[in-house]
Amino acid sequence: MAFDDRSKLLRRYVIDAMRGGGRGHLGSSMSMVEILRVLYDSVLKFDPQNPQAVDRDRFILSKGHGCLALYAILADRGFFPVSELESFCRPTSRLGGHPERGKVPGVEASTGALGHGVPIGVGIALALRLQKSSSRVFVLTGDGEINEGSNWEALMAAAKHKLTNLTVMVDYNKLQSYGRTVDVLDLEPLVDKFKSFGFVTHEVDGHDVSALETIMEKLPFAESAPSAIICHTIKGKGFPFAEGNPEWHHKSGMTEADIQQMYDCLA
Amino acid sequence: MRKMALDCVYKLSKLDDRVIFVGSDLGPGVLDKMKTEFPDRFFMEGVSEQYIVGMAAGLAMEGFIPYVNTIATFLTRRCYEQVAVDLCIHDLPVRLIANGGGGVYAPLGPTHLAIEDIAIMRALPNMAVVAPCDADEMNRLMMSTLEWPHPIYIRLGKGGDKIVSEEKNGFELGKSIKMRTGIDGLFITTGVMTQLALETADILKKDGVDVGVLHVHTIKPFDHAGVIAAMKDVRAVVTVEEHIVNGGLGSAVLESCSELNPELLPKISRIGIPDKFATEYGSQNSLLKHWGITSSTLVGAMMKKLGGAS
Repeated sequence: MAFDDRSKLLRRYVIDAMRGGGRGHLGSSMSMVEILRVLYDSVLKFDPQNPQAVDRDRFILSKGHGCLALYAILADRGFFPVSELESFCRPTSRLGGHPERGKVPGVEASTGALGHGVPIGVGIALALRLQKSSSRVFVLTGDGEINEGSNWEALMAAAKHKLTNLTVMVDYNKLQSYGRTVDVLDLEPLVDKFKSFGFVTHEVDGHDVSALETIMEKLPFAESAPSAIICHTIKGKGFPFAEGNPEWHHKSGMTEADIQQMYDCLA
Repeated sequence: MRKMALDCVYKLSKLDDRVIFVGSDLGPGVLDKMKTEFPDRFFMEGVSEQYIVGMAAGLAMEGFIPYVNTIATFLTRRCYEQVAVDLCIHDLPVRLIANGGGGVYAPLGPTHLAIEDIAIMRALPNMAVVAPCDADEMNRLMMSTLEWPHPIYIRLGKGGDKIVSEEKNGFELGKSIKMRTGIDGLFITTGVMTQLALETADILKKDGVDVGVLHVHTIKPFDHAGVIAAMKDVRAVVTVEEHIVNGGLGSAVLESCSELNPELLPKISRIGIPDKFATEYGSQNSLLKHWGITSSTLVGAMMKKLGGAS
């Protein structure tokens, strides 16, 4: 599937940040560009001028190491200037290697340690329901991330509390740090797992913008259960040398040639 | 003390609709009154401390004040990263009510003995660590927690402890309380060890040794000024805690003196749990004896520092 201009632009922003910082989780970010693009272009309610507006929807990037893609879409949507992306990981930058609440406008939770987003998301969803708010909560996890047991504790609780205002999405790119998820810790049957934990669960091609829009329009999937979307993605999507290559999970000490090679892929 | 803490959660829930209770599979009937009157703000969750701390963080991010209760070891060791990341990095007003500080669960063995909880909790930026000495002080502490904007770890002793605190002394988080004055020596204590120190001071008085007791209910933020001031006028200081000697109250006192008044360091002796996991069961009192935390060891340590017989 060829990228349209918007998917290319957001990827270019990610590379801008990597060039500035000389490092970054390329593979982990590129698998989720379309998921974030659809969330921020078509689904989430937010106001970049008032990031704490009480009626906003809450999005938590639980796989905080994918923050380059989040920074790209937040900058694109006006939460902070696009020019700030170049400051990525510099000493006094707001944009660290993992996103931080209170530093980056639009970031709801400081993540990076894995397995924290769903429990926090459940708490926020319960709070919003207590406050009779119509705001929704979206949590995006990684696939390696859900090796952590805390996710499954929280998923059980979300079903117990019938949190229809909570959607958990998995960026299922099938690769974790060491190698293939199927080899490190097989998650299959993942959809059945989510269903058996009480989530009404759908699968989607996580790079197909219109398919993502269609499935998210149907949220919530049920009247008395939380929703889950398993997004099938490709780690490093758009960069042939990185696609499916765990060497590109994270890169540091990047050269100008490395960076140029990435820009060339988007030409 | 635990009953008082939970009664206070109920009282607070009536006073302020931001108050939420979260338990992880506690005993039947816990806080039934709150559950009946405010079912929306009462959560009895599964045995899942990692989740409940994250959940409490999410509730606090939206303006609620969650009081989370379970056994101290599970609320500290089991979910330390959640406490550090979800509560302390985000600096959220969540209150951790930790049952069974020290040797309370003696018969249940070392998996249930919170011996290092103060050390690991006070290592976390933004976290306050409090150990009241009796149920009355627990009441004063709990009623002061609504407006503290940071996380608080509250260490509970066993139930039915003697009441030694006094209303007139009040309660201010971070301010130690002079429970007894004495011109020769000083016990610096926290939690229910304040009771033991007061009893021991009576024993010493009969022998003509005049020893005071400074109750440091808040180990963090530490009352540097109050502790240093109390130490200056005596010749010997013995810290007493139902906690491992590494990293607890005694360590906090040593650190404070080392930074501010190193000339006070030679006065100090520490009494606490030795640096090993418990190898005995029995009762809290039998464990305290096994650990060497008794009136006679307190007398011995104080007399040795004063230069008398030990």
